[in-house]
Amino acid sequence: MATSQKSLQTVTRILTAISGIAMFVVLLVPIWQIQLSAPQYPEGLSLYIHANKLSGDVNIINGLNHYIGMRELHEQDFIEFAILPYVIIFLGILGVLAAVVNRKWLFFCFVIMFAVFGIVAIIDFYMWLYDYGHNLDPAAPIKVPGMSYQPPLIGFKQLLNFGAYSIPEKGGWIMITAALLSVIAVIKEIRSKKK
Amino acid sequence: MEKNVKKIALFVLGLAFFTGCKPKTTSDAISGDAAKKVYVAPGEHDEFYSFTSGGFSGQVSVYGIPSGRLLKVLPVFSQDPETGYGYGEDTKPMLNTSHGFVPWGDQHHLALSQTNGEYDGKWLFANENNTPRIARLDLTTFTTTEIIEIPNSAGNHSSPFITDNTEYVIAGTRFSVPFEEENGDIPISSYAENFSGALSFIKVDQESGRMNIDFQLKTPPVNYDLSHTGKGPSSGWFFFSTYNTEKAHTLLEVNASQNDKDFILAINWKKAAELVKAGKGRKAKAKYAHNVYDHDSHSATSTILDEVNVLDVLDLEGVAYYIPCPKSPHGSDIDPSGEYIVGSGKLASLIPVFSFSKMIKAIEDKKFDGEFDGIPVLNYETVLHGEVQKPGLGPLHTEFDDKGNAYTSFFVSSEVVKWNLKTLEVIDRQPTYYSTGHLTVAGGDTKKPYGKYLVAWNKITKDRYLPTGPELTQSAQLFDISGEKMELLLDFPTIGEPHYAQMIPASLLVEKQKRIYDINKNKHKYVVKSEDETRVVRTGNRVDVYMTLIRTHIAPDNIEGVKLGDEVYFHITNLEQDWDLPHGFAVLGNNNSEVLILPGETRTIKWKPTKVGIIPMYCTDFCSALHQEMQGYIRVSPAGSNTPLRYGTGDKAPKGS
Repeated sequence: MATSQKSLQTVTRILTAISGIAMFVVLLVPIWQIQLSAPQYPEGLSLYIHANKLSGDVNIINGLNHYIGMRELHEQDFIEFAILPYVIIFLGILGVLAAVVNRKWLFFCFVIMFAVFGIVAIIDFYMWLYDYGHNLDPAAPIKVPGMSYQPPLIGFKQLLNFGAYSIPEKGGWIMITAALLSVIAVIKEIRSKKK
Repeated sequence: MEKNVKKIALFVLGLAFFTGCKPKTTSDAISGDAAKKVYVAPGEHDEFYSFTSGGFSGQVSVYGIPSGRLLKVLPVFSQDPETGYGYGEDTKPMLNTSHGFVPWGDQHHLALSQTNGEYDGKWLFANENNTPRIARLDLTTFTTTEIIEIPNSAGNHSSPFITDNTEYVIAGTRFSVPFEEENGDIPISSYAENFSGALSFIKVDQESGRMNIDFQLKTPPVNYDLSHTGKGPSSGWFFFSTYNTEKAHTLLEVNASQNDKDFILAINWKKAAELVKAGKGRKAKAKYAHNVYDHDSHSATSTILDEVNVLDVLDLEGVAYYIPCPKSPHGSDIDPSGEYIVGSGKLASLIPVFSFSKMIKAIEDKKFDGEFDGIPVLNYETVLHGEVQKPGLGPLHTEFDDKGNAYTSFFVSSEVVKWNLKTLEVIDRQPTYYSTGHLTVAGGDTKKPYGKYLVAWNKITKDRYLPTGPELTQSAQLFDISGEKMELLLDFPTIGEPHYAQMIPASLLVEKQKRIYDINKNKHKYVVKSEDETRVVRTGNRVDVYMTLIRTHIAPDNIEGVKLGDEVYFHITNLEQDWDLPHGFAVLGNNNSEVLILPGETRTIKWKPTKVGIIPMYCTDFCSALHQEMQGYIRVSPAGSNTPLRYGTGDKAPKGS
């Protein structure tokens, strides 16, 4: 039986469906986390970034930030929290749709939008981190000349007495997995075309 | 012959140099691994909390066992200028009594709340001996949350001892006195005719812990020393040691030590409580205070009550029985099985152990030896399980381990003696340094003792530690009792004078501890939940300052318009919600203490300005890197001046004149 040129392999459809459904799960769990440790905080401090809010020790971190002139974190300052849930829902629907409708063009549409979303998100996150770390209050009590407090995009960085770890949380890992599954699906589709 | 005499002479001379040697007494050697057993490495925690009474300090201290480290001193019956307890407006009502404000107390004994005869980690009860009161402490915050005064009592020594499900906290009077409803202006020598003893039964609400005096038993006059609850088969009974059955009112040292036997008074409290419920008893006039601290409003209120339920023990059938006990008994202790009642007679040379089942049978068979003051006296031999012979001198108090052994403290012979409950044989004795009063076995007064550790709380210190002038702290020794013989592990000094302690596994309390007070739950009358709400308000010559503290500034930190003759009340809210971030507050020259405010708490402290000028205020508890910048100024103008009331911080601080 000849597979129609327009339709997808079964395995592709499954991977795409999973990626789509995964997006809905991302709405329910934190996407990223920043873990802080310092000598006088044996219990540690945590900041969790969700699709639509912040959670963790936000108030305590805000209290500490003002010493070095970093702006306080408030959800209402980030339009991302208003937009992100809709973007994620859109991608989720698109992924499931691509699997159900079974057309190559819809599939590649989904993959490209997913990739664009990923790149934009990373750049946007980096810009916020830069802004928070560099736009300091000139009247801040503690001023270390030349010092900036940009938290790391991913990985570890020492900021005065605090060690900061920036790593994905459950939502982040899910999206990374979905991205990888999508890459596998793309490779499979391109290979089948060449046959 | 001459040679022999010379040899003998030399020998005798030699002996002269050895008379300086004292004969060695019992083993003074500490075993090699004692240090390991008490070393709690940095970052690690102790196994047990020891809540230890402060005696004449009026407070309760908390020690970690096995390290013997002092964790905290909890203010209970004495003012504490370090925190402002009893100085600040929110806590002053806690020390109110029917005699007015009493700034000090004598804290003797402690009782942890029990469920089914085991510690449940909910509350700690503490007694006050001088102005009879019972306090209840909350074990999630380690703070005093309620104090109730006991009327008709004096020297509240036989207290607080609780029933095995914390149904009641019992307070027995030490001194018999005329009841408040009677005329007290009578000759002291009429003790035997006119004085009465009071055994108070304070009901504890199982949910909230709130106390109220359910009833008092009025008894013929004796002194009551200690008491403990029955458990298991003896649950529902309470056993009080009595002394001064001679009914002496002067020189008790001699006059109360004449009789060969005094008594242990057995009270069937379950029966008494049922009779009270059925309506027996009468309302007697008596004034006493009831003070309650609420953690949401962060303040205390004091109420004066004016009557109490009294039952005459002689009107009750089958409620009270006397068990003869040699010679001025001190301890009245019940073993974990609830069967054995151990009486420790201060002046006796033996320890009598009574059997509860024999006691019940004797009551049924009416094996009485007449009566004393109208209360039936049971026959000594019929109720006796046995006597521990020649255990030591001056037995005071007995606790028990998880292996059927009893440990008795001996004041006069300065030792702890371990003996077996069934066989009544002495197993081991260890010296204490010096003259131990009470001892504590972990869980030793419950149905299921933890055993393992025993602490002897001593009355004489002398050379145990570096000298500190004529006045020395008390000393305590920690023993390992897990083996056959007791092993001395540690010797540590204590605050105040511990009379008793309760040891509870840390695991029962650690998870329950509060780290902060939730600012959203704060219902204090003068709370301010954000800096925008801070203000200064004048009403006549009363000034109310609504203030907040948060790292690292005071709001408002500039205040003008206060005058001589004003009474200023600072209502201070700590806005922090982070762990271990108290702020303190003090004003120069305040005839008052500082006040310590925990995260989410509000505290009020009063200040009457005494001089015209600029008066600084500042945070007294090192709170952050910029603690030295956490300060402010108050401008005090002369009485009757026109200086306008202005206040603010930073941009909002008053400018110009």
